[in-house]
Amino acid sequence: MSARQPLPNWVTIVLMPALNVLLAFIIGGLAVAMIGENPLDAMWALFYGAFGTGMGWGFTLHYATNFIFTGLAVAVAYHAGMFNIGGEGQAYVAGLGAIVVALWLDQTHWTLVLLGSTAAAMVMGALWAIIPGWLQAKRGSHVVITTIMFNFIASAFMGYMLVQVITAPGANAETRTIAEPGRLPLMSDWFDAFQYSPLNITFFFGILALIFTYVLIWRTKLGYKIRTLGANPEAARYAGISAVAVIIIAMAISGALAGLMAVNEAVGVQKRLVVGYVAGVGFVGIAVAFMGRSHPVGIALAALLFGALYQGGQELAFELPAVPSELVLIIQALVILFTGAMGEMFHPVLERIFAKKIEAAPEEATTSTGEA
Amino acid sequence: MVENQTSSAQQPAKAAGSAHAIDLKKVSKAFGPVQANKDIDLTVKRNSIHGIVGENGAGKSTLMSILYGFYTADSGEIWVNGQLVKIKDSSHALELGIGMVHQHFMLVENFTVLENIILGAEGEFLLDSSKAKARDELTRLAKDYGLDVDPDALIEDLSVGQEQRVEILKALYRGADVLILDEPTGVLTPTEADQLFRILEQLRDEGKTIILITHKLREIMAVTDTVSVMRQGEMVGTIATADTSPEQLAEMMVGRRVLLRVDKTPAKPGDVVLEVKNLSVTDEIGVPRVKDVSFNVKAGEIVGIAGVAGNGQSQLLRAISGMEAPLLGDVRINGELVRFEGDDSAAKVREMGLAHVPEDRLKMGLVTQFQEWENSLLGYHDSEKYGSGPFLSVKDAIADAEKRIEMFDIRPRNPRLKTANFSGGNQQKVVLAREMDRELDVLVVGQPTRGVDIGAIEFIHKQIIELRDQGKAVLLVSVELDEIRALSDRVLVMFDGEIVTELAPDATERDFGLSMAGVDPKEGA
Amino acid sequence: MDATDIILLLDSSVRLAVPLLLACLAGLYSERSGIVDIGLEGKMLGAAFAAAATAAVTGNVWLGLLAAMAVSTFMSMIHALASINFRGNQIISGVALNFLAAGFTVFLGHAWFRRGGTTPNLRPDERFSTIDLPFAQEFGQVPIIGEIYEQLLSGHSIIVYFAFLAVPVTAFVLFRTRFGLRLRAVGENPKALDTAGMSVSLLRYQALIITGLLCGVAGAYLSTAQGANFSENMTSGRGFIALAALIFAKWRPWQAMWTCLLFGVLSASQIRLQGVEFPMIGEVPVQFIQALPYILTVVLLAGFIGRAKAPKAIGQPYVKER
Repeated sequence: MSARQPLPNWVTIVLMPALNVLLAFIIGGLAVAMIGENPLDAMWALFYGAFGTGMGWGFTLHYATNFIFTGLAVAVAYHAGMFNIGGEGQAYVAGLGAIVVALWLDQTHWTLVLLGSTAAAMVMGALWAIIPGWLQAKRGSHVVITTIMFNFIASAFMGYMLVQVITAPGANAETRTIAEPGRLPLMSDWFDAFQYSPLNITFFFGILALIFTYVLIWRTKLGYKIRTLGANPEAARYAGISAVAVIIIAMAISGALAGLMAVNEAVGVQKRLVVGYVAGVGFVGIAVAFMGRSHPVGIALAALLFGALYQGGQELAFELPAVPSELVLIIQALVILFTGAMGEMFHPVLERIFAKKIEAAPEEATTSTGEA
Repeated sequence: MVENQTSSAQQPAKAAGSAHAIDLKKVSKAFGPVQANKDIDLTVKRNSIHGIVGENGAGKSTLMSILYGFYTADSGEIWVNGQLVKIKDSSHALELGIGMVHQHFMLVENFTVLENIILGAEGEFLLDSSKAKARDELTRLAKDYGLDVDPDALIEDLSVGQEQRVEILKALYRGADVLILDEPTGVLTPTEADQLFRILEQLRDEGKTIILITHKLREIMAVTDTVSVMRQGEMVGTIATADTSPEQLAEMMVGRRVLLRVDKTPAKPGDVVLEVKNLSVTDEIGVPRVKDVSFNVKAGEIVGIAGVAGNGQSQLLRAISGMEAPLLGDVRINGELVRFEGDDSAAKVREMGLAHVPEDRLKMGLVTQFQEWENSLLGYHDSEKYGSGPFLSVKDAIADAEKRIEMFDIRPRNPRLKTANFSGGNQQKVVLAREMDRELDVLVVGQPTRGVDIGAIEFIHKQIIELRDQGKAVLLVSVELDEIRALSDRVLVMFDGEIVTELAPDATERDFGLSMAGVDPKEGA
Repeated sequence: MDATDIILLLDSSVRLAVPLLLACLAGLYSERSGIVDIGLEGKMLGAAFAAAATAAVTGNVWLGLLAAMAVSTFMSMIHALASINFRGNQIISGVALNFLAAGFTVFLGHAWFRRGGTTPNLRPDERFSTIDLPFAQEFGQVPIIGEIYEQLLSGHSIIVYFAFLAVPVTAFVLFRTRFGLRLRAVGENPKALDTAGMSVSLLRYQALIITGLLCGVAGAYLSTAQGANFSENMTSGRGFIALAALIFAKWRPWQAMWTCLLFGVLSASQIRLQGVEFPMIGEVPVQFIQALPYILTVVLLAGFIGRAKAPKAIGQPYVKER
């Protein structure tokens, strides 16, 4: 029995996030004004950089693919009631699996590299997520804290691997480059519009991952179990759903999804593994999942927004050198803050606007005999 | 109207001339669309024990929370000691001499008794001196009212009865003249409840005013001077306790004559379906809650388990339904032993033919943010009926839910709506329909009518009897003694984790009272 | 390694432990009040920038400290607004603040100083200078005890002494004062306070102000005492180590100090252990020692060594409803 009035669906799903994003851009604009530049110029540069050219689109979609993977990773765990902030580390460790297999198979054919590195990335990402999942399920250690710790452990572990174990001769903290036969095809090989952009075949994996997640969560029995556990663990126990199994499986899927980013970024574009290649994409996944309300459609849109921000930010640095590209980081932080942590901000205002309509059409389910 | 709002806080309680400790006039409060209190008038005389009685959801707790400043009324007047006041918050209520003992204790578990008592009334910045002062005051209060508790004990180590005393001491320490107790006996044994009543009488004789909120008529008759009855957010009336009877109060509570008996034929028990043998269960912190319990339930009979809440019934239900592995002992269904392995035994138990209506539908029986059809397959989600292999067929599940909506007259008649917005009775019907509309041998049902409106209660009782008449075994656990006696063919009484005795449903009040306090009436007390 | 080496190692451990300790105590106030703070990192980063930038522009390190505390407290208040008023997700809010600090510090650094995100180097008089305790040099001639006095106890900046003073003060506040009693209560059972007529929000705001102030000092230490300017992402995970330390210390002030010192020793010994062959084990990779605080915390959380029991109400927004 909440004192809050429910709002129409389209208001909570579309209008509120839109207002929050708008506010983030306004404050970002103020930051630009603060350093004496024209906010509108900066925003236009951002927008044009992201969507103005085929190349811009290519970059935007490439970044969006990364965000789809890490966003879905957060979403799947979230449906099971867990907050996986370890996407960063899971994607990092997955890079190891992906690159080792890619370098092993790179004299054969790119299809083998694609399949092999995808499998390896998913396995490694899953493994890195299963440990915190297992610790939560069996030992009760909170997955939020454990995954934070695992991000740092991953960073140290990968630092060691890249500096001491799989280092390319003569290089510092990176592997050798994937040989020509093993390189994944770029979209620009097929579509001229995407010329000079890194958008590659992994983009289709992103689309598949979106569909897969939708089916998994809403159209399978496992998804039902995941949602039950996430919404009401006691009810899950009552229903005979094994929390241990579901937590571990959900974390494994989550980690595997995060791991796919390695195929797109490390194998597909950088063609080698470098220290710190994930560069915050795992964390952006949190924002994407929250903005997208953990639904694949929302995640696709949110990933596109963040992809555009990233690409636009790069272009901004060229167009307006006086405006540092970290503007993107600020807007991104504000979007996370407003949509994820202050989502209620506009609620009272919207409530006043839409309250009348609700009263006019009361839900027949509401009765006067609530429990006092 | 005498405008004297500002000075009221400083007025010493007894200086005012009014013989009334509390006067409420036309107090109303709504939570969203739900009108919890509607134009309530209430007068509480000083130096009296005033009972407020009503069904669950009648609005008693809301009214008292308004008086205690925890909620603010939408409209109406509150007079304390003849002064019109506007109670801003709980600290203001405390200043006015109103203290409250909540149904769920508001104590910090890892604090000592002393720390809990001074919390919010420390007086000084440094704790040492305020603790010393509180300790003296506590000794005095303990002596005056017979409220003995060790001030240095940790709350988590105390019994429920002792925790309640801490709550009372907390209020008295803050200088409460009017003490509100919200359902204080829900967690107490009859003996502990009697001790509480004696304390309350002593408090009244020392000059305090007590408001007792309860839905139990026995308590009203036992201890109050005056009683007010509430129904569906409205005040029905106020009577002197001496001039009324439980029957009259019950009628006022529900608004019409209650069916004290449920029509049913004598049971025709068949073979044993559910067998519990030497079962012992501990709770999550290792405290034994069920101790060496053995009984069985035969086909075609209803076995009731009576007892005060918190005597191990919940743990017993959890073990039998596979939610919790017992420490020792066996559960057999149709002679087959239940194996407790992993954390999904509830699923195995279901496959063996046991259906379970849990005692708390919101915590266990439903996922309230799910749509009705999704709740209609909870626990049976792996069935091929709802889709082949790993896939879930939404179409099949909705068709199944629609059928049950028809069968059990669940409203609203739309499986696509979220169950959170259903009324208590309809939520319970969703759970019952799910558990009964299937092949089953034994139904285990806990608190089937808690927080359910009268109409639905009758329906639910009828369904349970019908199931018995079809030759199914039913294990009924309820803290409502009337319900147990009306439905059961045999009654087991549980106290402190043990089955004290078996009684016939028509055994005397005295026998039930004694056994619920842990004394087997057959052995004589 | 002789005694002097050990004393020098401990001395650098103390220096490395100080920002951890300040951030850890900051987190302690917040988490004891029931609010998760994974934004310690961001607050420290924002404060470090504010301190260095202000000190560089005004030439006054104390103004720098003031600016650091102001910025950090402002960020803490955003967290309070999200966590208390909007009942938002406290973890998300923390993540957002970390990003916000990372973005704003570099954005403003680039725009204001045009040195690729760093602030100008501070002159010695624009930094917190070291304080020599009386007779440090004379006494330092005495072996061991004198060396301890001169190297380990003397010769630190005022912030170091402040940090170690903050430990007993926090312990006293927490366990011996009215505010501490209420703070502990609000993190365990906020409803107990609410029904006793106290404001849960007010208490949590007070706690988060203290958190902000202490993080501000921690940030100022990094850029104006330990270092001499601000550089991009200069906290480099210290906020998270502090969080790990807080859990490891089971939310208690004295244990927090010992844990931070332990983590300080680990990080001070990284350089020294490079290439050192241990009997039986062989060479230990630097990265392993870097990861050790996190590994230890995971092990503790998993209950393999004791149990870390968080304040009961942590992370849940307080809703005054039924």
